[in-house]
Amino acid sequence: MFLEVNSLNKQFETAKGTLVVLKDIDMQIEQGEFICAVGASGSGKSTLLRQIAGLDRPTTGEVKVDGKTVHGPGPDRGMVFQHYTLYPWMSVQENTEFGLKLQGVPKAVRREQASYFLNVVGLTQFAQSLPKALSGGMKQRVAIARALASEPKVLLMDEPFGALDIHTKESMHEFMLELWQRTGITIFMITHDVEEAVFLSNRIFALGARPGTVRKVMQINLPDRSQMVKRHSIFHDYRDELMDLLRKHGQEALAVV
Amino acid sequence: MSQSVNPPRSIQPYIKTQPMQPTVFWRLAEDIPKPLYTALMIASIVVPVLLWWLVTTVGNIDPKFLPSPGQVLEAFGRLWGTRELLKDTVASLWRVGMGFLLAAALSIPVGVLMGSFASIRALLEPLFALIRYMPAPAFIPLLILYLGIGEEPKITLIFIGVFFFNSLMVMDTVKFVPKELIEATYMLGGNRLETLTQVILPHVLPGIIDACRINLAAAWQLVIVSELIAANEGLGRRISVAGRFLRTDEIFVGLIVIGVIGLLFDLLFQYLLRVTCNWANQKR
Ligand SMILES: Nc1ncnc2c1ncn2[C@@H]1O[C@H](COP(=O)(O)OP(=O)(O)OP(=O)(O)O)[C@@H](O)[C@H]1O
Ligand SMILES: [Mg+2]
Repeated sequence: MFLEVNSLNKQFETAKGTLVVLKDIDMQIEQGEFICAVGASGSGKSTLLRQIAGLDRPTTGEVKVDGKTVHGPGPDRGMVFQHYTLYPWMSVQENTEFGLKLQGVPKAVRREQASYFLNVVGLTQFAQSLPKALSGGMKQRVAIARALASEPKVLLMDEPFGALDIHTKESMHEFMLELWQRTGITIFMITHDVEEAVFLSNRIFALGARPGTVRKVMQINLPDRSQMVKRHSIFHDYRDELMDLLRKHGQEALAVV
Repeated sequence: MSQSVNPPRSIQPYIKTQPMQPTVFWRLAEDIPKPLYTALMIASIVVPVLLWWLVTTVGNIDPKFLPSPGQVLEAFGRLWGTRELLKDTVASLWRVGMGFLLAAALSIPVGVLMGSFASIRALLEPLFALIRYMPAPAFIPLLILYLGIGEEPKITLIFIGVFFFNSLMVMDTVKFVPKELIEATYMLGGNRLETLTQVILPHVLPGIIDACRINLAAAWQLVIVSELIAANEGLGRRISVAGRFLRTDEIFVGLIVIGVIGLLFDLLFQYLLRVTCNWANQKR
């Protein structure tokens, strides 16, 4: 197994008492998979990703990447955050190089590496711009390039396209699929957009809320990955199944409150 | 669940529609035409001076009470000619410069550390917050007692007045560094020191420059107070001596010189902010 989450539990101590956010999460992910974790808002998706990233420690259980237990954050896991996290004083090129700089990669090498990935995300001509001159979709593409430049084992993404309009989102989807096919990188992406999940991933983890648990793992086999496939009945079946699943658990969660 | 509920009555009769009139002068949080802006800025200085001139020429006012602009200019020429004004200005500038630079050099690192590490914040914030509320001039008797009446107590007074405020203001700027930016740096392989020096510091630089700009104004006020401690020269000293001998024109000269120098410093800091932190400008 390449990315493993083993009986992970996470609870927070709050003023109102203990809040169980994640309960008995188990995930086995192979190298080169494109995984989406889908769940309602507040189901603990970001919390789960933070445990995998090592930005937070599970209460019990563990996360393993390529056989090694995760003890803290590190560049073997590239992370793209829900909000824009580019360094506003650095140019796009400097942003993309920054991780390599921190890891002590010589200047010439990191320049070449960053340029390559800026080309991959199609932003070569903006290399010298400041982030404030970019649109939302472009900023996320820089964030992806920055994460990829360190050649991570997994790419972790937390609702990276949540703030984008539908057309920008679609072109980002195509971009992601192309990137995935070209690099063969393992991707673990969080979203609450059901169509996005079905279109992009080869497996979907559907999360239920309060506490967050894996309710179902769906294998996705689409005939192809073009925008046209969204009109296909197989696509609709997957989508509806996932929708029903989330709706059912959403109502259960509401009934608890 | 969702039964349609009819509102008890229509609120339409209560709604007053207010058309918005086009305006130039009263545009809310918007720019006005550049020529108008420049004209208003010039008027901001010229109108009060004109009123001053008018009051002193038309009204029959004792120059000991309110000298005319011409008389103040004359006094300026007189003090400049004897080089006294230059000596005063240099003396005050030197005190402000020393006190402020020392305070800034210490308070910037201390403030950044307080903002970055909760441990250091807990250690220092209560003390600093307490001392901040003690007016710096109230330290004068102690300073004289400990440091005598030379330059040291004057510089120390300015230091006290700037250091605590600046530390706390710099600390606050660090709080505005988004947590995700720091976490993103960890994910890219940065350690704590690298994150502090290569992410937090550049991010708070504009905030630090702004805090220093505001606290330089405070330092400039304190230099006048500090010169109440047995000073032989200085702009504050000039004003209090002039007051004793009822040379009102010289009081005005002192005030205007202090104001102009302060303004120049402010502009210098604004310029510094523009050239070093272009990324932080709102407008492209
Ligand atoms: N540090 C924390 N302390 C206390 N409670 C927390 C903390 N972090 C998250 N939670 C709680 O955990 C639950 C899940 O939060 P999380 O951010 O993981 O949800 P999410 O699925 O990512 O939601 P969204 O789709 O809105 O981003 C929420 O109820 C939240 O209040
Ligand atoms: Mg989230």
